[in-house]
Amino acid sequence: MGRFIIRRVIGMIAVLFAISVLVFAIFNVIPNSDPALRLAGRNQTPEQIAAIRAQWGFDQPLYVQYAKTMEKVFSGSLVSYSTQTNVQQEIINGIPATFSLAVGAALLWMTVAVVVGLFTAVRAGQFSDRFLTVLALIGISMPVFWIGALMAYYLGFKWHIFPNGGYVPFTKSPVQWFYHLVLPWTALSLLFIGVYSRLLRSNVLDTINDDYVRTARAKGLSERNVLIRHVLRNSLIPIITLWGLDFAAVIGGGAILTETVFDLQGVGQYAAESVAQLDIPPVLAIVMFGAFFVVFMNTVVDIVYAALDPRIRLS
Amino acid sequence: MNDRKPILEVRDLAVSFATDEGVVQAVDSVSFDLHEGEVLAVVGESGSGKSVTAMTLLGLTRTSNVRFSGTAHYRGTELIRATDEQLRSIRGKEIAMIFQDAMAALNPVQRVGKQIVEQIQAHEQISDADARDRAVELLERVGIPRARERVDNYPHEFSGGMRQRVMIALALSCDPHVLIADEPTTALDVTIQAQILERFRELRAQTQAALILVTHDLGVVADIADRVAVMYAGRIVEYGSLDDVFYDPRHPYTWGLLGSITRMDRPRPKRLPTIAGVPPSLSNRPEGCHLRPRCPHEFAACTEIPELEVRGPAGPGVVEHTDRCWLTYERKQALREITPGEIGLGAKELV
Amino acid sequence: MATEPATELSFGDPGILASEDPRDRVAGLGPWKLALRRLRRNKVALVFGGVFVVIVLLSLSAPLYAKHVAHTDPFKNHLTDQITINGKLTDVVAPDGVPIGPTWHGRFLLGADGNGRDVAVRLLYGGRTSLLIGVGAAIGTVLLSIIFGTIAGFFRGWPDAIISRGLDVLWAFPPLLLGLALGTALALGGLKIGPIKLAGDSKLIPILIISIVQVPYMARPLRGQVLSLREKEFVEAARAMGASSRQIMFSEILPNLVSTVVVFFPLMVVQAIGLEAALSFLGAGVRPPNPSWGTILGEGIHRIVTAPHQTIVPGLMLVLTVLSLNVFGDGVRDAFDPRAKVRQG
Repeated sequence: MGRFIIRRVIGMIAVLFAISVLVFAIFNVIPNSDPALRLAGRNQTPEQIAAIRAQWGFDQPLYVQYAKTMEKVFSGSLVSYSTQTNVQQEIINGIPATFSLAVGAALLWMTVAVVVGLFTAVRAGQFSDRFLTVLALIGISMPVFWIGALMAYYLGFKWHIFPNGGYVPFTKSPVQWFYHLVLPWTALSLLFIGVYSRLLRSNVLDTINDDYVRTARAKGLSERNVLIRHVLRNSLIPIITLWGLDFAAVIGGGAILTETVFDLQGVGQYAAESVAQLDIPPVLAIVMFGAFFVVFMNTVVDIVYAALDPRIRLS
Repeated sequence: MNDRKPILEVRDLAVSFATDEGVVQAVDSVSFDLHEGEVLAVVGESGSGKSVTAMTLLGLTRTSNVRFSGTAHYRGTELIRATDEQLRSIRGKEIAMIFQDAMAALNPVQRVGKQIVEQIQAHEQISDADARDRAVELLERVGIPRARERVDNYPHEFSGGMRQRVMIALALSCDPHVLIADEPTTALDVTIQAQILERFRELRAQTQAALILVTHDLGVVADIADRVAVMYAGRIVEYGSLDDVFYDPRHPYTWGLLGSITRMDRPRPKRLPTIAGVPPSLSNRPEGCHLRPRCPHEFAACTEIPELEVRGPAGPGVVEHTDRCWLTYERKQALREITPGEIGLGAKELV
Repeated sequence: MATEPATELSFGDPGILASEDPRDRVAGLGPWKLALRRLRRNKVALVFGGVFVVIVLLSLSAPLYAKHVAHTDPFKNHLTDQITINGKLTDVVAPDGVPIGPTWHGRFLLGADGNGRDVAVRLLYGGRTSLLIGVGAAIGTVLLSIIFGTIAGFFRGWPDAIISRGLDVLWAFPPLLLGLALGTALALGGLKIGPIKLAGDSKLIPILIISIVQVPYMARPLRGQVLSLREKEFVEAARAMGASSRQIMFSEILPNLVSTVVVFFPLMVVQAIGLEAALSFLGAGVRPPNPSWGTILGEGIHRIVTAPHQTIVPGLMLVLTVLSLNVFGDGVRDAFDPRAKVRQG
């Protein structure tokens, strides 16, 4: 197991490096315009542009540029020229909101998906299964920002059942923190509940007819025991890994849309606002850190999978 | 053996499945008795209904599209209509099953010791440590070396033969009265087969458990069976003691089975003998005797299904020797030797 | 001694086969015909497939609608215009900025947006754009995935190592984030690689971005399939007959990939449409004033408090499109994977 972990970690570091190169390439190599102009953003002055050119090394070879860019990002001295703020600081400010959203949503969708998935698998083919499958399909088909906006409007603004957006830190008031997050959690989870419940249903139906489940019954275990300890456990293993990956992806993706719609002032919203302003430094940093996080979770998930399914360790 | 009371009495068991292609009659009017310590071999091709019969006894064929009729009495409990709770307490404890493919039948992500412990604890109040000790003991008993270490291994860490022994250990863990082995040696190569059979023989000597051995391999049957039930297209077509069935076979299908065994002590045949034709579709079985389309000896009476009856003199075995063939005993004696001393079933002229 | 055999017999009697209804005989039908037959039996999938086709047709008819029914185009601002509703002369956009709601007549069927533009017209044009980008990106993904997946899986060695690492890196990026990065980077100056020059607001840019972002989702399974295909006996046989690598790739490997591609394609289109909507909503996809469902929803959500219909209607259209394609895609997948039918219970 130890060797497996080491191998995975080394692989992870290699991929992280490749990611940093790719992000660098996206912003500074591919496009067809002066990078200094792009970085300077909307309100540029000639002095600013010259200063940027020097700081980032745009008149020097590519690898120097790469080195300077990475240095800026990792030393926390990356600055947004349009808003005159320190990117790293802004990101740190937004992390609590983003993590609250992501963790809460992930727990919510996993719990509901397991229940729905198991329920529909056991009742496969019956009306309740078909009905819930249809609901799941509809859930998958709704854009998260649309349903989120509608929820915020009707349940928040019009009918005052929930607050109309905004984020309250947990440290300030746990109750308000929870209250403000209910709608965002729900909006963000809908899509994933749809996907995961169908995935689990499919896995359970595959497993439930496997021979070793038949053996478990022949051993005299109760049906509930068989279902939970054998069928569910084995069906969940591949899903847990997917969940880990999607959690990272949520932080990098779905969170952006949800935060924007509900005005949660998290990292995602920061990214969205920067995109709208074509303010590059924050986008660069967030994209890179987002990818880093995914790779990190990927490695963690691989290790957890190997711990759960001993057959994997051999590869 | 005759005066021992049977622990399992199956009467007119029938199992059918409703499928898209129609009703599949997998098992039809199957009746037999099983006595303490006895080995009953259920023999037949794939699709003969032997596995379905075995699994039905443990209620493992209860799906949404199945229909049962007939009874199976085990020590006072009727198994076919037993409640889930009744079945649960019998499975593993009174009647245990050894499945064919041990790699598929064992949970791949659970250690084998844990799987044995799980079965023991499902039926007995026993501590984890004690249960584990028993698991180790069981593994030793079936001949797994270094059992104390290997009890924590996963199924894929065993070789095929060892895995099968794990399955046997699992089945024995609660000292059941009846063992059902569904083709236990089919997935193994011949030398390992011999070892497993040796195990079975030893266990027979040690325990009082009765064994229902489902197989298509007559060599295995000859080795350890007391009684034989030959099945074809869902029905038992011949039933009797081992000697009776092997030395005085009274059904053409049995002749075909015996005839298709390749023999080391005879000159090599130019072609391997087979039974011409294919088994019938179970959703569309021929009228009358099911073997009719493939039987070269069929005649007018064969349009009516024969009952399973005694149709000849009693043999040396103490058990009734029954069969489902209208031919007179004299005709059978004449027809079954296709060459002197060699039992077999000739080829039928197919259209 | 033997009498007429009974008419109901086993497979041994060839007479049986001749009398069977040829439609019911499964033997002899290739996997394609089988899949098609299964799909045809799946009424629900067909209905939704039809819905999708209707939506596509409607969107393609955008210019006709605009010219003959609404008498305007998607860009014309009617900010200062007035039209007659129920006999009353009303401002298209009221002085306080609130546009009119649905009139249910030819002009401004679904109302107007904040700039006085006809929502229905923009919706249809937007549909055209979104569907174009969605399908175009999916095609792009398929092409790139087939190329990279086949090269990697077939040749293995260092091409595989490079391509697989590349796919891993791409896969590490959350799709939206990568799309945002690319969209932002390309927004100002467009793209210039050798002879290829794309303006910043060209529709090809979102197509390109989304194609690339989705490649790992398809290339990896394809690569896996090629890996297992190349071990199959028919490839060995082809090689034994003297076929070159290129010949083998085209005649043995690629045809077997087609069914995977067909099953994946609706899913890719769905994802692409969703990505386009999200990207355009955030401003990194289709550039204004070009309408796409994403930009229309973006504008609508900003005004949701005063004109909710601008959010609800385009959203419903998008949901319906995605839903119908999802259901149809499910049907296609079930048609190719008969085990799925068993799971229906």
